[in-house]
Amino acid sequence: MNPIWIVAQREFLTRVRKRTFLVMTLLGPLFFGLLMVAPALLASLPEGPKKILVVDHSYLLVGEKGVSDAQYEFLKPSPEALKSGKEILETNSSYDGLLYLPPSENNDPDFILKNAKLFTLEELPISLVGAMEDQLEQKAYEQKLRLEGVDPEVVKRAETNARLSSVLIGEEGEEENSAREFKMILGLFAGYLIYMFVFLYATQIMRGVIEEKTSRIVEVIISSVKPMQLMLGKIIGIAGVGFLQFVIWVGLTATLYVGLSATLLADAFNPETIAQMQAQPETGGMAAEALSALQSINYPLVLTSFLFYFIGGYLLYGALFAAVGSAVDAESDTQQFMLPLTLPLILALLVSMRIMESPDSPLAFWFSIIPFTSPVVMMVRIPFGVPMWELGLSMVLLVVGFLGTTWLASRIYRIGILSYGKKASFKDLWKWLRTAE
Amino acid sequence: MIRAEHITKKYAEHTALNDVSLHIPKGSLYGLLGPNGAGKTTFLRILNQIIDPDQGQVLLDGRPLRREDIARIGYLPEERGLYKKMAVGEQALYLARLKGLSESEAKKRLVHWFEKLGMEAWWDKKIEELSKGMAQKVQFVTTVLHQPDVLIFDEPFSGFDPVAAQQIREEMLELHRNGTTLLFSTHRMENVEEMCTHIGLLNRSKRVLEGTVADIIRSHRTHRYNVVYQTPAGTDLPADALQAFSVLSDDALPAADWREGRSLSVQLEPSGQLNDVLAALLPHAAVLEAHEAVPSMNDIFIETVQKATA
Repeated sequence: MNPIWIVAQREFLTRVRKRTFLVMTLLGPLFFGLLMVAPALLASLPEGPKKILVVDHSYLLVGEKGVSDAQYEFLKPSPEALKSGKEILETNSSYDGLLYLPPSENNDPDFILKNAKLFTLEELPISLVGAMEDQLEQKAYEQKLRLEGVDPEVVKRAETNARLSSVLIGEEGEEENSAREFKMILGLFAGYLIYMFVFLYATQIMRGVIEEKTSRIVEVIISSVKPMQLMLGKIIGIAGVGFLQFVIWVGLTATLYVGLSATLLADAFNPETIAQMQAQPETGGMAAEALSALQSINYPLVLTSFLFYFIGGYLLYGALFAAVGSAVDAESDTQQFMLPLTLPLILALLVSMRIMESPDSPLAFWFSIIPFTSPVVMMVRIPFGVPMWELGLSMVLLVVGFLGTTWLASRIYRIGILSYGKKASFKDLWKWLRTAE
Repeated sequence: MIRAEHITKKYAEHTALNDVSLHIPKGSLYGLLGPNGAGKTTFLRILNQIIDPDQGQVLLDGRPLRREDIARIGYLPEERGLYKKMAVGEQALYLARLKGLSESEAKKRLVHWFEKLGMEAWWDKKIEELSKGMAQKVQFVTTVLHQPDVLIFDEPFSGFDPVAAQQIREEMLELHRNGTTLLFSTHRMENVEEMCTHIGLLNRSKRVLEGTVADIIRSHRTHRYNVVYQTPAGTDLPADALQAFSVLSDDALPAADWREGRSLSVQLEPSGQLNDVLAALLPHAAVLEAHEAVPSMNDIFIETVQKATA
């Protein structure tokens, strides 16, 4: 049997049989789900309605009971009202803030708002302050209209909402609805997953190499197999672990999804329902458009590209992480070498935020072509549709890229694994790179 | 068996091996000696095809070393270890398969070795659960399991307490008796001449000496002889008794010696005979001990190195 396979087999089996693998694989989707939902959940946790004292000398907020999450309690706008209001705020803990709107001789809303103040003992949630500001703006706006002799009710009636439903004309002239938001979420999600997977498994390679070095078994092994074979076997074995984990995750998610949609979304994707919805004006039409836009995404392409870029990105970075592992004696020494490797990945993630806005910009093009960032960035672009030649070029370059990094890494690796006890520098790596076979 | 021809290996800053040629004959127990940094490990790694020489070649049984030859060689590197978290049996099986053994054959041989060395109970244990000495045993078994024709040990005695080192020495001698060719490196010269059949000396990346132990010692004879003798109580040797010889020293035995008598050191001509000295002594004294003072490998090494640098 080819030694690469024997090595890969060991790497695969020792990891898959670990209890942590089982736990991570089963709980992984739950964990990721929590990771995505938790911040939103935490942010939306009700904190209980706040109580705000209001001293409104200008009668701007007359008739308002508060905003969502906060109730107003009006103090009589006497000259001492501000002072006594502050005292109440400081002594009575049931109040969270004091909103002060100053008097204005000619009821000038600009003057009032410019001098309005909110006193608090501790910071109020930004969303609450924002809601109060919105309310004040609205009130000032109506006040201004009245000053100009216009009835705010008339203005309200004259307001219209325009919503452009954007239609992409495809290469073959077919038209499709672009479900922009959904594509953004899908793309970013896929890009983020790739980023995480590449990191997760490439780090495992690095750890494995360090383990072999510190346990001093590496020289025993490379007296039987070539360093390159050991490195490749390790990379392939761990790729197998990642692949298995991914397949299980997809399977679990799909089962969950099918289970959920059977109960919740029973006939959401049913063409008849969509037709019905389209027949309905306003809301129904929008929902139907969104659904048909969802269907316009090429899911098989997204999934196969995901697998390709996951494996490609993993191989590209995995080899480099193996080289880093070989150059150090302990994981704590990896920092300096990790930085240049993690930088492009993080950059790709940052750039993705902008690329979602304009998925066909030159920025998007270049970052999705360069192999170091393409696995993440191309995944962000794919839901929006990418010209085939760009996708092809990006994939070919990724293959060239990982062949290149593997070659590069193996030259560092073969010397690094035999260098004990001294801390390598970038200069050393450069020297190893140039050392002949 | 192994013939290294004009091996040169350069690293960025220094030359590890400079035109080194060594010959390890079949069935020999070959000691590769030299101080730290002389190039011993580099040489052994080249034999194991872990690194390639810049120049020169290694012949195994008369033809250039090939990749498949790793199955004929067993190697115990100086930096040796095993996976700490992997079960002993599984680990040994893995290493054997990497050497080209089939899984079933490897298992059969492992069971045999484990039984022979009383290690059956260790099969499912992790290395980290074993003592250092037990782990060494496992390491040894994995090195010899594929029944290599050549065994290469890099500094086999370093890092061991004297008892463990003695065990390893005995196991090496046993393998040697069974016909395996053994090559080991060491920077400690004590006792190597008793153990080895052949010796090669490396110093500063160069071969400075090679040959059988007997030949090397023969060529470094000084024709100096030490004799311990005892005269009857109250008498001395007649002043002219040793007149014919060049006497280097003639002192009372040190107080630590349990015997009473004197120790004589005599320098003879290459054609001289110890018998002549004894013949001169015997009429006047009892000879307790007589032998030729041959230089130790350590002395030879120091002398050779000094000569090379001078």
